[in-house]
Amino acid sequence: MCSGQVQYIVHNVLKKIHSWRFLPLLLYPLLSACEPVWNNPYTEPFQDSVLRSSFSERPKYLDPARSYSSAEAVFIGQIYEPPLQYHYLKRPYTLVPLTARSMPTMHHLRADGQRTEDLSQAVWTVYEIEIKDGIFYQPHPALARDEQGQLIYHQLDAADLESVHVLSDFAHSGSRAVTAADYVYQIKRLADPRLASPIAGVMAEYIDGFAEFRQQLQADTDLRTVNMRGVRVLDRYRYTIKVDSDYPQFIYWLAMNFFTAMPWEAEAFYSQPGMSERNLVLNWYPIGTGPYLLSENNPNRRMVMERNPNYREDYYPTDGSDNADLLLSAGQRLPFIDRIVFSLEKENIPSWNKFLQGYYDSSGITSDNFDYAIQVDSAGRFLLSDTLAEKSIQFKTMIRPSIFYTGFNMLDPVVGGFSEPAIKLRRALSIAINMEEFISIFLNGRGSVAHSPLPPGLFGHRFGEAGINPYVYEWRDGHPVRRPLEHAHQLMKEAGYPRGIDASTGQPLVLYLDTVGSGPDSKSLMNWMRKQFARLGVQLVIRNTDYNRFQDKIARGKAQIFRWGWNADYPDPENFFFLLYGPNARVPHEGANSSNYDNPQFNRLFVRMKGMANGPLKQDLIDEMVDIFQRDAPWFGAVYPQSFYLHHHWYDNVVLNPMAHNVLKYRRIDSEQRQRSIATMNRPRMQPIMWSFVLLLLLLPVGLFIYRRRERATAL
Amino acid sequence: MIYYIVRRVLYAIPILIGVNVLTFTLFFVVNSPDDVARMNLGDRHVTSEQIEQWKQLRGYDKPLFFNLEANAWQQLTDTIFYNESIRLFWFDFGVSDNGRNIAYDIRQRMMPSLAIAIPTLTIGLLVNISFALIMVFFRATAIDFVAVFLCIVMMSISSLFYIIAGQFVFAKTLLLLPISGYEEGWKALQFLILPILVGVISGIGAGSRWYRTICLEESGQDYVRMARAKGLSESAVLVRHILRNALIPILTGVVVILPLLFIGSLITESFFSIPGLGSYTVDAIVNQDFAIIRSIVFLGAVLYIIGLLLTDISYTIADPRIRLN
Repeated sequence: MCSGQVQYIVHNVLKKIHSWRFLPLLLYPLLSACEPVWNNPYTEPFQDSVLRSSFSERPKYLDPARSYSSAEAVFIGQIYEPPLQYHYLKRPYTLVPLTARSMPTMHHLRADGQRTEDLSQAVWTVYEIEIKDGIFYQPHPALARDEQGQLIYHQLDAADLESVHVLSDFAHSGSRAVTAADYVYQIKRLADPRLASPIAGVMAEYIDGFAEFRQQLQADTDLRTVNMRGVRVLDRYRYTIKVDSDYPQFIYWLAMNFFTAMPWEAEAFYSQPGMSERNLVLNWYPIGTGPYLLSENNPNRRMVMERNPNYREDYYPTDGSDNADLLLSAGQRLPFIDRIVFSLEKENIPSWNKFLQGYYDSSGITSDNFDYAIQVDSAGRFLLSDTLAEKSIQFKTMIRPSIFYTGFNMLDPVVGGFSEPAIKLRRALSIAINMEEFISIFLNGRGSVAHSPLPPGLFGHRFGEAGINPYVYEWRDGHPVRRPLEHAHQLMKEAGYPRGIDASTGQPLVLYLDTVGSGPDSKSLMNWMRKQFARLGVQLVIRNTDYNRFQDKIARGKAQIFRWGWNADYPDPENFFFLLYGPNARVPHEGANSSNYDNPQFNRLFVRMKGMANGPLKQDLIDEMVDIFQRDAPWFGAVYPQSFYLHHHWYDNVVLNPMAHNVLKYRRIDSEQRQRSIATMNRPRMQPIMWSFVLLLLLLPVGLFIYRRRERATAL
Repeated sequence: MIYYIVRRVLYAIPILIGVNVLTFTLFFVVNSPDDVARMNLGDRHVTSEQIEQWKQLRGYDKPLFFNLEANAWQQLTDTIFYNESIRLFWFDFGVSDNGRNIAYDIRQRMMPSLAIAIPTLTIGLLVNISFALIMVFFRATAIDFVAVFLCIVMMSISSLFYIIAGQFVFAKTLLLLPISGYEEGWKALQFLILPILVGVISGIGAGSRWYRTICLEESGQDYVRMARAKGLSESAVLVRHILRNALIPILTGVVVILPLLFIGSLITESFFSIPGLGSYTVDAIVNQDFAIIRSIVFLGAVLYIIGLLLTDISYTIADPRIRLN
């Protein structure tokens, strides 16, 4: 082909392309007319009031007797209903009735079983709970009855189950009213060793007859046929629980899903042969009375909840907040949202981008996205970044009722114990480890230094000068200021380790930090820790191990220094101070006191404090306990983590309440606003694709020319 | 050939026992039955009594390989290894540590894995062979040099980068496709385009370069010279002669991985939220669910053995001179 021919072909192609220059513009509206949004990850149309959220870890347990993780509570908290709940808006966290008609009444018993008003004589406390009438279970095949009143699906054989793969394959469903016996049945389930409830050990300590009941159960025992001494059905709507008087915090457990109602029919239904082979088990198909029921259970892909048609009358709170916007729905019937779709999203990147595109209504913030999402003003306040503010994304933050700390093993001969040198060594390290720097570098500022074991928001926490740890901080110009390093050096000297050298041996002091971690983040954190210890001349050896080994070491009291954390079970100071209570030590009592701290004075105060009602006297005791804790310094480097929560402007009534799990019934979605916003945000950009095609077409003749020239070449 | 297949199946039995022993040993070197129990019960308020009860209910309270307290054969059969592993040979996978039926889950998750793997393999094969032929066609020219250079660059980049870049370009910037997700049936199509596209592009570098090498080896053979001497065009030589003879090594690479497509891809499924067996395996490892891990490893081993057998059989089809005996 001569160059003239090539020029001719190229000219013609270019002429054609020039005439197609409006093609992208023509195609675009056509394509757009079919479907304005192409990247919609939902195939079903956008319905009214559908909340779209994600989950990163498939739930392991949806059985209220077994589930104990907050990730699972997101699901079962909307399905099951215990007798009590936390007020959605009120702070501090306040218990209010949920299925109970009113708050439980209590009376106390002496050891001989007689009633007493004298708390010092009380051995047992009996909680009497009356549930509301007119509470019905969600429609469920386990409760389906025929015209004769017989349960339809309770004598199934292999042939009946042949065409059954999911619960909705059963043609009939039924319901019945909840009775007090259902709550008692669930308490018995907690004791059943076959279910391995994580709180069975705790409840065995407090509920009368719980431990004996466990011993009585055989592999095939029907729980209805065996009585638990401390739990009684009084009548159709009332039941009592007899609990150790030393544990007034028991009432908080009544707001947890462990104490929900469970119909015996459900267990009988699911225990039939052939059901578990189809994964038709109570653990995967809940049966509750709550505002939602699980209509699609595919933990591999998505979990869908629908409004429970049998949900009773329940209304949005009319008080509890000064924010008028949060009371706009006051007195309106719950729930507001018809459907909730949780999609499995294992990775942060797609999850975050889907939130930005509007396909998830809310999101947390990971470290990777923090700088993109949040900016800090000159006063150190967190603000939404301009990019997100332009999208009208809303931002909420709060200090969680949790604590992360570095613990000393008090059984360790070097850092443990109550000798003056050991205490001074621990205090010196508490000063040297700069937690302000830690929070800034490793948490993006999402946390605050913990001066005591009690997080803000719980009774007993003190703010300001009264709340600082005076052994580590000084109060200057209205702010806590970490004591100078020289002070730490002085303490080290007094402890017998001047400049980090053990005066008795002349050798450098070597300490060991046990930790679980891998990856670059963990490595930089450990390097930082080494540097902090090195400021006192102390050599820190990191013992990085897997979680199993780490737990094993803690259980045997073999770790010297370790990182640990605690999320509140309930908003009571007892739930944090018990982490330091001697009889609750990991060694030898297998308790949650991982640092094995055992100070008799602290223990005495703890026992007194936990039985007291919130008030000035209790505050005094807490102050005293905090002072002992700060003086003995069994923990250092403690942080109250801070949660950041983002949501779109069409998602309303969003209040962060980490204690409550049944929050979705209060939330609202403006679906019209959402649909408009999504359409605007997700208009496909076709131009780059079109121009790529044009470029390809332009290159085509060149390619053809090169191909032909090569084809005709003679020598290879 | 029948004898050959029977012999290979018999060979498979000791291999599968070995795989089982190895998986079992490796798992329980890292995790004790106590660890597994703790992982399932959580680490709050759990007592050693509860751990013992959990182990007892699931048979984890028995010795691992050898039961000294038992009699005769029970010394071998009354062990965790026997109870957990022997039934795998008739594909009874049992239930996972959290009570779900493993066979049911595997059946459910196999299809999404295949929905990505088969098109990625098929399209990838076509694309890679095409690129390889183009490179061979332009061998020893600047085009070939640039193409090989690009191949090396592409194969040096982590597959994770392709996934993130693909999601960034097509789903985030151009807003053409969903960034992740999955639906059943035909609705899955819109969710599969991006992972397949990413899978094909990420495989071009290594695949094309490998096939180019195979084709170049063939292009130096006498029959190729003969074909050229007959006056056939270069493209005809490439497609009719070189490609045909290059099929044997290509088949070796492809057929052996065919059965493994069921197992799915760990990273792709995680990033695109595809509920396949890849993400199932990752979950099991994270949750220390030995029942699932051993099932997947066993299944993988069986499929790999089938793959090798299929490769041998495919040789006889690709090259009639080869006989299996």
